[in-house]
Amino acid sequence: MGINLNDLLRHYRSHIFEDYQVETPHTGVISYKVQDGQTVEGPSGEWLQRPGTLLYIIEREKNVKKMYTSWNGQVTGIRPDLEGHFVEAGEVVLSIRHRLDKNEIIDRILTQVLNILRAPQQARYFLSSDISAKLGKHPECRIAIEPGDEIVIMSLMKRDTAISYKEASGVLYKVYFRSGDIVEQGSPLLGICPSDRLQYVQEVVQRIRTDWENM
Amino acid sequence: MADSGKLLSQLADRISYLIDIKGSSAWINLKELQDRVQGLRHSLFEIKEADLYNEIDRIEDRVSFMEDRVAKKLSPAEIVNIVRSVQRFTLIDILENVYDSYTELGGEGECNLDPAVVVARATISRRVKNKLYSHQVMVIGHEKGRGEEYRNGGCAKPWGNDKALRYMMVAETEGIPIHFFIFTPGSYPVEDYPGAAQQIARNIYVMARLRVPMVSFISEGGSGGAEAIGLSDFRLMGSRGYYSVISPEGAAAIEGKIREGEKVPKDLIEHCATQLKITASDNLKLGTIDRIVEEPPLGAKREDYAFFRRLRYEMLRATDEIVLKTKNFRAFRAYALRRQTEEGKNVPEDFDVAISWNLTELEIDRLLELRSKKYREMGKDFFLKKSKGLAQRFRRAKDLASRGYYELRYGLLRPHHRNVQKVIEEVSSEGSVFFKKVTEPVRAAYDFVFPQPKRPAKVVSSEGSDRRSIFAEEWEPYLSPLANEDRTVTCPNASKYGCMDLWVPDLYGEFCGVCPNCGHHFPLEYQWYLKNLFDKDSVREFNNHIASSNPLGFRGFDARLRRDIRRTGRMSSIITFDARVFGIRLVVAMLFSNFRGGTVGAAEGEKFVRACDIAKTTRRPFLAYVHTTGGIRIQEGTLGVVQMPKCTLAVREYIESGGLYIVVYDNNSYAGPVASFLGCSLYQFGIRSSRIGFAGPRVIRETTGRNVPPGYHSAKNALRRGHIQGIWDRREFRKNLYDALMTMGGHNLYYR
Repeated sequence: MGINLNDLLRHYRSHIFEDYQVETPHTGVISYKVQDGQTVEGPSGEWLQRPGTLLYIIEREKNVKKMYTSWNGQVTGIRPDLEGHFVEAGEVVLSIRHRLDKNEIIDRILTQVLNILRAPQQARYFLSSDISAKLGKHPECRIAIEPGDEIVIMSLMKRDTAISYKEASGVLYKVYFRSGDIVEQGSPLLGICPSDRLQYVQEVVQRIRTDWENM
Repeated sequence: MADSGKLLSQLADRISYLIDIKGSSAWINLKELQDRVQGLRHSLFEIKEADLYNEIDRIEDRVSFMEDRVAKKLSPAEIVNIVRSVQRFTLIDILENVYDSYTELGGEGECNLDPAVVVARATISRRVKNKLYSHQVMVIGHEKGRGEEYRNGGCAKPWGNDKALRYMMVAETEGIPIHFFIFTPGSYPVEDYPGAAQQIARNIYVMARLRVPMVSFISEGGSGGAEAIGLSDFRLMGSRGYYSVISPEGAAAIEGKIREGEKVPKDLIEHCATQLKITASDNLKLGTIDRIVEEPPLGAKREDYAFFRRLRYEMLRATDEIVLKTKNFRAFRAYALRRQTEEGKNVPEDFDVAISWNLTELEIDRLLELRSKKYREMGKDFFLKKSKGLAQRFRRAKDLASRGYYELRYGLLRPHHRNVQKVIEEVSSEGSVFFKKVTEPVRAAYDFVFPQPKRPAKVVSSEGSDRRSIFAEEWEPYLSPLANEDRTVTCPNASKYGCMDLWVPDLYGEFCGVCPNCGHHFPLEYQWYLKNLFDKDSVREFNNHIASSNPLGFRGFDARLRRDIRRTGRMSSIITFDARVFGIRLVVAMLFSNFRGGTVGAAEGEKFVRACDIAKTTRRPFLAYVHTTGGIRIQEGTLGVVQMPKCTLAVREYIESGGLYIVVYDNNSYAGPVASFLGCSLYQFGIRSSRIGFAGPRVIRETTGRNVPPGYHSAKNALRRGHIQGIWDRREFRKNLYDALMTMGGHNLYYR
């Protein structure tokens, strides 16, 4: 696969922040509602129904539009010269410096290291019966997957289609959906870890979980 | 010593009951008394017996004095506390003490479809001249106690109300009376199938014409939850019960505009409890109940056997009265029953008469008539009639004339006309078959000798040739005043579907308030529908003289009412009118948002009932278009609540006489009206982007502790749950309405 886990770790250690640039959706007069260095919260609630912190207001044709943040983090790069002025569409008005948490780093590493089986189309997905039975008995067990194994069943229009695994053999490391859920096309279903990397991946994940802050 | 332990335990119960009533132990020195009793219980064997009994006597005197003092001046809020006390009697106590024997149906205890609703077949007996007479009854009610953790405090879930309905129908099949016992703070507000509102509506709809006598007893009557099993021929209420449109806390939160999570001030709750007129005596004055069953001064508890005896007597007497009213020969028995009542407050040992509760078909018809009359009379004196004497007389004369005309046209002439048509049709069919048999051999021979080329058969339209195009615009459309603003607005789905900002004159003009990208419907004023939905100049309003009032004298409500009348130029939140849609004449009731949020009170209920009656008389389809309704108007208290059964009864009678009733929801439709006369319609539709439900998200969160996902009340979800039959686009409302009228009404519109 040519992926060096140490390099990945090093990369995330040196790039613990991600900067998201906030652009204007259209032209208008903007007025900031946050200041540089201010901490902002992203959407919250069980269904992310509560909007995040109000960043700025943009007004066009007497239409006052409130723009909220989609990420947690700190506000940087506010441009005071734009305050109260007309801006073009796509103008970067500020950035949110988001600190990656442990789970986000693990997710990013796993996406690069594991063989990800993605949903071929939007449908209802089930784990194959033997995998489901094994996970039902021992949720933490590592199930060996060989190329050609039917691991997921796609149920669409009253027709069940078995989906086979085609990559190198490995163990089932992560299940991204709940059996019976409707999954959108392209979303990850399963993550399979090649056998030779398993131990190393587990160690790295464990290490991130326990002492990422000290690393 | 054993006795002293029992006495102390009783005293502790009495003190804790007083604390329940007063809402805290801070009143006078209840806390100190409670501590003293606790102290005595702990040191029971360390004190001399004589000293102990002296101390118990002293405390008892003090407690009795306090009880008298509380009983003398019970406020409505304290009555609410009595009803909610854990020491108050519950349905199981009634089943055990009022009835001779009972068998619980539909599950027992926690192994029950909905433990908050208890159904039982029971026997109740009376003694007449040393002879015992037993009656079979179906008992349906809410259970608050005996396993509070799974009873949900008596809040019936939709499937609990469904269970109640199933056994009501069993009672109807078996022809036995039903005794309802209402102990609910309100229905459990979930939309899961069958849906809180829709199930209550179904219950009321069925109860409106249930062919058995029904008696209900109210201890805690919380609005819609109570109505689900509350429509009955005789309504009793405990003297220390309450019957209300909303809990005092809920009313206080609305009145005080309290934000979610904030504490509602106690004074405001007490103020609202007083203003809502929730006590038994208030309800008797308003005519929403028929009789009060006296309880002990501080309310009946679980061991008040004298009260159970009285309740048994009152249930028997109420059922007797219902049954007797349906009889042709009842003078002596009615006199005996009346005499028995007048004898005094004590419950007699023996009954003077034994009345059989079996009814003949004719008597059942009379029972239904009386039920209809009873509910139609409710709240009739509590709205204003703003018309002069002459206009009133003219209106009456017009009503009489039109009733006579339609009775003649549809009641007398139409059946004969149909019969003659049927005979002609049959004779001509017979003739054509006979003629064919005779001429067929000759024709076959002719065709053989002179063969003819085959021609395609002519298509004959069954609809007639004069049907106009339903897409044609026949007049200049009405333009919403919202369009007179030079600005843009953002579609709420812009982030999801990438909708562009919309220029207001376009949005409210050409686009009819609909986002051209995602189809989101922006709210439009009700006038838009009046002008665009019906044929030009076809709207003829009626009963405009019926005006909303402030029947309970709710403080500050008069000013709000005046403001809305001035602002809208209308007297109530409902407009009733005749109109045409592509030539089809129909009667419409329209609830609109600008007047008290489309809430329903006595005036609105009366106008709705009259519109139903007009539709019935004129044999026209009836459309209820709900621009918005916020539920029952809380400032009218139970006078508003009784509009639920009253209007549902009118709807049921209209549908049974052969009418077509269609409901269309727009914007927001919640609570009482949806849980009664709207939700009972067989054909319900929603305009896109509308919300339909029983209680709003905040109420659901506060009562159930559950969060509801965004879009929980959306029309789409209502369709998924089977609450509505379809979602209509506003731009095609007129066409869809026409189609619905033609499809469901058929060619010979609406009257069988």
